[in-house]
Amino acid sequence: MVIVAALALAGPGCSRGGGEKVTIRFWAMGAEGENVKNLLPEFERRHPDVRVELQVIPWTAAHEKLLTAFAGSSLPDAWQLGNTWVPEFHLLDAVEDLRPWEERSPTIDSAFYFTGVWETNLLDGKLWGIPWYVDTRVLFYRTDLLEAAGATRPPATWDEWLEVCRNLKRLHAGRDAYAMFLPTNEFAPLLILGLQSGATFLRDKDTRGDFSSPEFTRAFTFYTRFFEEGLAPVGVTRVANIYQGLAEGFFAMYITGPWNIGEFSRRMPDSLQDRWATAPLPGPDGQYPGASIAGGSSLAMSRISKHKPQVWALIEYLSDPARQAEFYRATGNLPARREAWQDSSFQNNARVRAFYEQFANVRPQPKIPEWERIMIRLQDFAEVTSRRERSVGDILQEMDRETDRILEKRRWMVHER
Amino acid sequence: MNVRALIPPAVLFLAPALTAIGIFFFLPVGAALVLSFTDFDIYALASFDNTRFVGFRNYVQLFQDPLFWIALRNTVYFLVVGGPLSIAVSLGAALLVHSRLARWKPLFRFVYFAPVVTTLVAVAIVWRFIYHPRFGLLNYVLSLAGIEPIDWLGDPSWAMPAIILLAVWKNFGYNMIIFIAGLQNIPDSLYEAASIDGAGGWQQFWRITVPMLAPTTLFITIITMIGYFQLFAEPYVMTQGGPMKSTLSIVLLMYEQGFRWWNMGYAAALAFVLFAFILAGSLLQSRLQRRVGE
Repeated sequence: MVIVAALALAGPGCSRGGGEKVTIRFWAMGAEGENVKNLLPEFERRHPDVRVELQVIPWTAAHEKLLTAFAGSSLPDAWQLGNTWVPEFHLLDAVEDLRPWEERSPTIDSAFYFTGVWETNLLDGKLWGIPWYVDTRVLFYRTDLLEAAGATRPPATWDEWLEVCRNLKRLHAGRDAYAMFLPTNEFAPLLILGLQSGATFLRDKDTRGDFSSPEFTRAFTFYTRFFEEGLAPVGVTRVANIYQGLAEGFFAMYITGPWNIGEFSRRMPDSLQDRWATAPLPGPDGQYPGASIAGGSSLAMSRISKHKPQVWALIEYLSDPARQAEFYRATGNLPARREAWQDSSFQNNARVRAFYEQFANVRPQPKIPEWERIMIRLQDFAEVTSRRERSVGDILQEMDRETDRILEKRRWMVHER
Repeated sequence: MNVRALIPPAVLFLAPALTAIGIFFFLPVGAALVLSFTDFDIYALASFDNTRFVGFRNYVQLFQDPLFWIALRNTVYFLVVGGPLSIAVSLGAALLVHSRLARWKPLFRFVYFAPVVTTLVAVAIVWRFIYHPRFGLLNYVLSLAGIEPIDWLGDPSWAMPAIILLAVWKNFGYNMIIFIAGLQNIPDSLYEAASIDGAGGWQQFWRITVPMLAPTTLFITIITMIGYFQLFAEPYVMTQGGPMKSTLSIVLLMYEQGFRWWNMGYAAALAFVLFAFILAGSLLQSRLQRRVGE
């Protein structure tokens, strides 16, 4: 251990004493890019022979920028890589396998990270990124409304969930109000229910859709019950503003992500500030918390970078628990390092703690480049379902056909080449 | 006999231009046409061997793609409402600036033409403020007339009108300049003869200005149609095709398919379908114009 540490210390920092300065190019997106800027001077102070050239890319253009940069062989040395983009950049052979680096590193080890999130970076048994910050979905709810409906704690199982929804609906009888908000322009809730019921979504080496499997059918049927029983409003336009919706009690529960802690804190009226909370998601079979998605971004290293030791030093620096806590305070992005959560800003914040508990059970999504496209289609199908225009079996079979069509190329790649 | 004697001088003179057009126009267009018959995608980006010739499959899929029809509907909406509006505004501005009564003509020409040469991205930021549902200038002006605030860029039924308004404002100056040139070519003697015959201003406009401007109008209509069919920058900057795909245009769809999802083959097919539409539209217009002319 001591030898490893000594080697690592001798590695990037001190190897070039000759005063020649190495510049590494680093791309980060949106708010992350804006705020990581403030962390870099300290890195450059610790590594006087390295200069980091940061470029901030807007999120809306990030994916095409990265792909275009790859096509033009101008990817930077290091960049922020969304978890769900790992398969694409792995396919393109654009990213460095970080396993050997991680094994030599004294400060980065899979044990320090949330398992589900770490796994999103694994493909073909190799490691393609180091989690930087993490993201998942939990239940946001009105404590007073749930109490009025007879629930002293948030639901832990699907049955309890449905029951509290029905009680809320009864409580609202005669009023135009609902228990849940499940907007059909967000695919996350449906995806989460699928992960919870153990659906794999795809079959045959991820080359065909498997949405009509018993597992996903169960999840999808459960999802439709919220609309069938009038527990959730149909159509996203019914809720023009989710903050107002929750404040007015138009709905009492909503599945969403960490950025909304700040938004709800800012936008809920003062009288309601202590009447909303977050909780890990209920699960189908008694396991609590139920699974949620493993989101967030990783730090990736270019396979063709000429300054890999320096890039790794940057990744180690940004993965330091103290830096991660600092980054959280600046951006609200939750740290990927579990030690960082010992920081007082987390310990004293019950709403953020719910996310920590949820990270104990987060699962990666299928790791294929086409997944985002498939999810966007699923979102369209969720809309059709909520309007109850067609039967569940019918819709899922069509979803499979649609997925098979999107995966035609992948089938050819896997089976015929 | 040397080589020069064998090649007609015209060919020699044209050669530099033809070479440039060949390399920078016909070659890429030809390559794109070939691309549209392949399934060039992200797998092909990883390795070129992963490309297959698929014949007309991209084209068949395109016509089955609901997004294509949404994009086509939006583009046609933009074209049918925005095109005539833009031409009418240009003609109106040209008549005003050309009018014998107008003073400071160069100033107005400059003012009306200025939006054409400003950068759209910069202008879009200003317009986003104008369209802001709560603090925007437009909603403020409407509120004076007692109209409820409209979420211009956030409401699916208002987003396209907002884009049209921006595009017309941005582009009418260009057509105005061409109309002014057309107006200057109408001999004054025609108007003088007409006024001696007792024709009023309105009659002079319909009997002299409009017919004499017919070739100019045809040119402008075709140019505008071609330009408006390629609607891209306005929605790309202002709405990214939203809300609810209500401002997704064909070129924006092509961009998303090509550069967001890297389905280059599919995007190339989309480009050629767009080309076919524009060609058909141009032919139809010149045919119509000729018939009206006869």
